[in-house]
Amino acid sequence: MSHGEHSRELPFWRKYIFSLDHKVIGAQYAVTGLLFLLFGFCLMMLMRWQLAYPGQPLPWLGGLFNEQSMVGGIMLPEFYNQLGAMHGTIMVFLGVVPLAVGGFGNFVVPLQIGAPDMAFPKLNMMSYWVYFIGGVVMFASFFVPAGAAQSGWTSYAPLSDIASFGQTMWLFGMVFLITSSLLGSVNFIVTIVQLRAQGLTFFRLPFFVWAQFVTAFLLLLAFPPLEAAAVLQLMDRLAGTSFFLPTGLVVSGKLLEVSGGGNPLLWQHLFWFLAHPEVYVLILPAMGIVAEIIACNTRKPLYGYKSMVYSVIFIGFMSFVVWAHHMFLTGMGTKMSAFFQVTTMIISIPSIIILTALLLSLWGGSIRFNTPMLFATAFLPMFGIGGLTGLPLGLAAADIHLHDTYYVIGHFHYVVAPGTLFALFAGVYHWFPKVTGRKMSEVLGKIHFWLSFPLINGIFMPMFIMGLAGVSRRLYDPTQYAHAQPTQPLNVVISICAWLLGLAQIPFIINFFGSLFFGKKVGQNPWQATTLEWSAPSPPPHGNFETVPVVYRAPYEYSVPGEKEDFIPQTERK
Amino acid sequence: MEKYYGFGLPVDISTHGAEIDRLIYVIHIFMAVLFMGWLAFLVLTLVKFRARPGHEARHHVEHFKAPTYLEVFVALFEVVLLVGFAFPAFHKTRDVFPNRADALEVRIVAEQFAWNVHYPGADGIFGKTDPKLMGAANPVGLDLGDPLAKDDVTTINQFHVPVNQPVIARLSSKDVIHSFGIPVMRVKQDVVPGQTISSWFEAKKTGNFEIACAQLCGLGHYRMRGFFIVDSEADFKTWLDQMAPKPPAPPATAATTPQGAAA
Repeated sequence: MSHGEHSRELPFWRKYIFSLDHKVIGAQYAVTGLLFLLFGFCLMMLMRWQLAYPGQPLPWLGGLFNEQSMVGGIMLPEFYNQLGAMHGTIMVFLGVVPLAVGGFGNFVVPLQIGAPDMAFPKLNMMSYWVYFIGGVVMFASFFVPAGAAQSGWTSYAPLSDIASFGQTMWLFGMVFLITSSLLGSVNFIVTIVQLRAQGLTFFRLPFFVWAQFVTAFLLLLAFPPLEAAAVLQLMDRLAGTSFFLPTGLVVSGKLLEVSGGGNPLLWQHLFWFLAHPEVYVLILPAMGIVAEIIACNTRKPLYGYKSMVYSVIFIGFMSFVVWAHHMFLTGMGTKMSAFFQVTTMIISIPSIIILTALLLSLWGGSIRFNTPMLFATAFLPMFGIGGLTGLPLGLAAADIHLHDTYYVIGHFHYVVAPGTLFALFAGVYHWFPKVTGRKMSEVLGKIHFWLSFPLINGIFMPMFIMGLAGVSRRLYDPTQYAHAQPTQPLNVVISICAWLLGLAQIPFIINFFGSLFFGKKVGQNPWQATTLEWSAPSPPPHGNFETVPVVYRAPYEYSVPGEKEDFIPQTERK
Repeated sequence: MEKYYGFGLPVDISTHGAEIDRLIYVIHIFMAVLFMGWLAFLVLTLVKFRARPGHEARHHVEHFKAPTYLEVFVALFEVVLLVGFAFPAFHKTRDVFPNRADALEVRIVAEQFAWNVHYPGADGIFGKTDPKLMGAANPVGLDLGDPLAKDDVTTINQFHVPVNQPVIARLSSKDVIHSFGIPVMRVKQDVVPGQTISSWFEAKKTGNFEIACAQLCGLGHYRMRGFFIVDSEADFKTWLDQMAPKPPAPPATAATTPQGAAA
């Protein structure tokens, strides 16, 4: 379909629902992703009641749940496990990835490379709707008999093989979500390779595009193994195969009638072969967003742009050979564990290079502390904590004590919550004017930041203490263990911080929807930025640019000596 | 009573745990120093280069040498951590098993949601087991017809070991993956159905401690708690003798005869 054909006035459902325009699809992804993030957060806030006050009835809300979930307002362990499994699944696969890749990637990448749209608009639309179906399946699984999946977001077999029907829904949901990511990733790779504006060489690409480019390869190569694994597990559950079931299982005192001969560790290998690159799928777009915002708000080029690009490519390769560091305690031998410990230590180096480059980019700048910059700045130390606390977990000997404790929870949440999520918030504040033509409120934005920043640390910092004390994760009632009792007061602190953090999101929600209608109207370049998206009108029309952009410059030409303005757009002739 | 658990690492009563703890301490000091350095630099930079009237950003910033040295230092330190601490400690717990003759050998059979402990008894040899025989009265599926099984001792959630003697645990699971964790022993080992994984450790102190399941194993995961009781050598012997199946008393012999005749 040519652009002339569908730039005619389209009916509402073609323009905003089944749209082929990357900007609308990006917005659809972003809004759906944000809603799922809120939903996943609500699941966690429910869990936090049980953890802080085990066995006490949930006030006010307790009566809303059926007897399958809560009895007299007291949460059942089955329901707790459902909340845990679905919190993880929803945050990762339905919240962060769709927002970071589907939302920001879709909206920003074609604009930043000067393309009129993605290479395959119909594939793009299909990718969103397949994701949407996956989301509906996951959401609906709460309402089937015996509830949603309850074997953790990792769905380790054989527990998941023998779990209730919700697990089948989970697997179907995953098949949809992975298919959606695959369709998206192909589209991103082709778009970035083929549709760059004239003059936009690879080393003139904004760092965000590089991050999305590497992410797309990770999605393309890492997700199919999990899709295959999900199908194998479906076969185990529905067709009587035993891929993950060994012979001679006795469940609840009864010998399981299966053919047997399978191996539960096969699932873990397939799962983590996806799920470790997945960690980088969560973090690379966040680094990209932070890099854009730092360059713009320090009014100077990024420090070490090229080493950042090489590092991000290197991370992409290395992320495929670290997966078994999640499995040090599965009976792995010393030699094998030595290999994965070495690769894990190696992958920390490019991450440190990127973080250092971002940190040094601040030096010599003239830093504007607007809301996006506050979130982007906070990303640096938060991701630093998340990255550093990965080191003890990456050393098998230290992992003996820390594995499957709250230390792990603290570690990866520092990476994805005050890390990635803060970067995503930064991105929302930064690109909102481009999407809508209106700015979000700075006052509400700053309230949002200054409440969220301390509270989120109040949630995850105590988890390291609990982890060092040896408290296991995924415990419905930690007070059952003597070794978890001394740190139990921390659970109360964490829960209160979590609920307050929930309240702290209200200014954001008001700001987001309010600014759609009442935000200050802005021109095409409200942040005086250099990259191509700011050369298009706000909001960009169908086809994005009024004239075909040609690129003459590197991405971050800020504060060039002798120039009148402190920024020179990439489209400006030298 | 001595306090075993608190805000730091739990007390360590194992012979190998000190190495693991040392690694944890060293790496946390390293992390703290690195992070505080970063944070100080970040705060300084944010203050020094804040936008204000009369301050302009610089397009060209001199090339910093320090980060390169820092990267090299971090990489070297990671090598030291790996070669000096992590590899040897993991090797010791995984590969250097004690002599079977000197050690107490036990089988631990995990199930939703209990730890079954199987001692070989006086003969030091485990009797035959079979999943088909597993039931409430016979949790490990011991084949009572096997003469080697006659003196075997099984317990549920009561894991007694003697102090100052290495223990080799053969870990297996009946149903799903569990993880056999004893925080005070710095022992944690996933228990995977279909496999037997061996783990060894030696306790230095007597006392009553906990076994905690560390891997989500179902709705009762949170209460899959066992007792790890380290006895003095004499106490352990007394306990094991108490638990040992009594030699068949005369009425019991009478009761088995008709069965034998029927067979």
